[in-house]
Amino acid sequence: MTKEEILQLGNLSRVKMSDNEVAKFQTEIESILEYVGAVNRIVSDLDLKKVPGVVKNVLREDEVVETSLEDIDALVSAFPEKIGDYLKVKKILNPDS
Amino acid sequence: MLTISQLRQKFIDGSETPSETLAKTLKVINEKDKEIHAFLDVYDDAKEVAESATLAFAKKDYEAKPLLGVPIAVKNNILIKGKRATAASLILENYIASYDATIIKKLKAAGAVIVGSTNLDEFAMGGSTENSAFGPTKNPHDTSRVPGGSSGGSAAAVAMEAVPIAIGTDTGGSIRQPASYCGLVGMKPTYGAVSRFGLMAMGSSLDQAGVLANSVADAEVVFNVMKGQDENDMTTISPDTYPDVPVKESYTIGVPRAFLKDGIDVDVMERFEAHLESLKKDGHKIVDIELPLFEAGLAAYYIVMPAEVSSNLARYDGIRYGVRKEGNDLLDTYLESRAHGFGREAKRRILLGTYVLSSGYYDAYYGKAEAVRTLMREELSHVFTNVDLVITPTAPTPAFKLGEKEDPLSMYRQDIFTVPVNLTGVPAMSLPMKEVDREGKMLPVGVQYIAPHNGEARLFDIGKKVFDDRQGK
Repeated sequence: MTKEEILQLGNLSRVKMSDNEVAKFQTEIESILEYVGAVNRIVSDLDLKKVPGVVKNVLREDEVVETSLEDIDALVSAFPEKIGDYLKVKKILNPDS
Repeated sequence: MLTISQLRQKFIDGSETPSETLAKTLKVINEKDKEIHAFLDVYDDAKEVAESATLAFAKKDYEAKPLLGVPIAVKNNILIKGKRATAASLILENYIASYDATIIKKLKAAGAVIVGSTNLDEFAMGGSTENSAFGPTKNPHDTSRVPGGSSGGSAAAVAMEAVPIAIGTDTGGSIRQPASYCGLVGMKPTYGAVSRFGLMAMGSSLDQAGVLANSVADAEVVFNVMKGQDENDMTTISPDTYPDVPVKESYTIGVPRAFLKDGIDVDVMERFEAHLESLKKDGHKIVDIELPLFEAGLAAYYIVMPAEVSSNLARYDGIRYGVRKEGNDLLDTYLESRAHGFGREAKRRILLGTYVLSSGYYDAYYGKAEAVRTLMREELSHVFTNVDLVITPTAPTPAFKLGEKEDPLSMYRQDIFTVPVNLTGVPAMSLPMKEVDREGKMLPVGVQYIAPHNGEARLFDIGKKVFDDRQGK
């Protein structure tokens, strides 16, 4: 596990880290991966195709439901930043691009 | 501490009222919680709930409410409308829940008096409650030691005798291991037996809410209140999802001997063997069984769980709720908010989960871990054709000292006997064995009983026989 790989994982998962954290995670994650690699000794690549997974998705239709004003207020009051009842966020379109 | 049925008897005969019981609870919290730190918040409105319970008993209106007037504490990763739901994380430091979790609705409907929220490892990730952003909880049996985790606050709240029962969640042992460390009954139901709606998801295919209690009978009462299918949780099971698991006069109990070879504290093993002997004396049959894949459980767990964590924790980005740290642009705001909001264990698991799910490694890690999981399930159901229950120590050691386990792998190894249960989705319960002596302090250690899917009634039956009846509970 290189420093660059840790930084790349941080980028992918939107986690910024200090240099100290990067160094620590580098050794810790490497040793955890070595440990969990034990699963490769139990299930070969060949077996993998023969074993069905236990977990399956259970989905439902999306539906529009009425929400009470009280619930809306509760959600709006949880906004970290707002203008009136609007959620305030950083602009995502860059005018230069 | 009185059990639920003892408390209820007092409420019915009028020798104590729910308001008086709550006053006792608050007194214990005032006296002890500065040191123990089991609670994150204590709720003022509990007084009103206790008062109305007191009135209801006076009017003899208690029949339909099995928990009427009983004070309980709730792990702070479970939503209670209008209350802070922090998951012991900075990113949700001031987050107020906008609705009740299904289990909270049910507990309230059963008359429970929710007195406060309890401390945990951040987002239920850890085995010691040291990963809380608000400081660790201490073990009431020895305050230099951890209470276990992640439901350490709930365990400590019961162990310090503030409340007779507390609600926890268990993803890889987070109810059973603290129950073991704190000398309590700790019960994790069959996956899907209890609704997860309103629980902050950690490992969605593993998480279950359950109960920490002083007696098996109390755990049973609370489980019966909380269980049931829920339209808001599509993974909840119906009564006929799994075959019936009958209660018996005596049981055949399997011991996975090879699994118990290494790494278990000598005293824990000695207590475990003594427990097996007492089971034999009671007329149960103890047999050796083979569960070779269970040894790989921990490896599979530390792939599946972080994978689910990295997905579930993606929602905490400082945009719609929680703490936002402003950056230069939107991406920077995500990065800053999550850097500030998540502790080290959360970050470590998010990175690990992102790694095992990334395209080049998906098959080698996540795919194989899921395959191991399937094979473990098959192996266990085969074992259950020959035995009624499987038994192991709950954790390899008694409670360790605060700060003792710096290395994540050594912390993870505490879960070795508990994670296979979550990976296979079966129910399990930890019961206290005889205590062990450490530096002149008597520390609890637990034994874990594992039943087939839907086998809660069998767990309660054996538990009452080997624990409640002996303790006079």
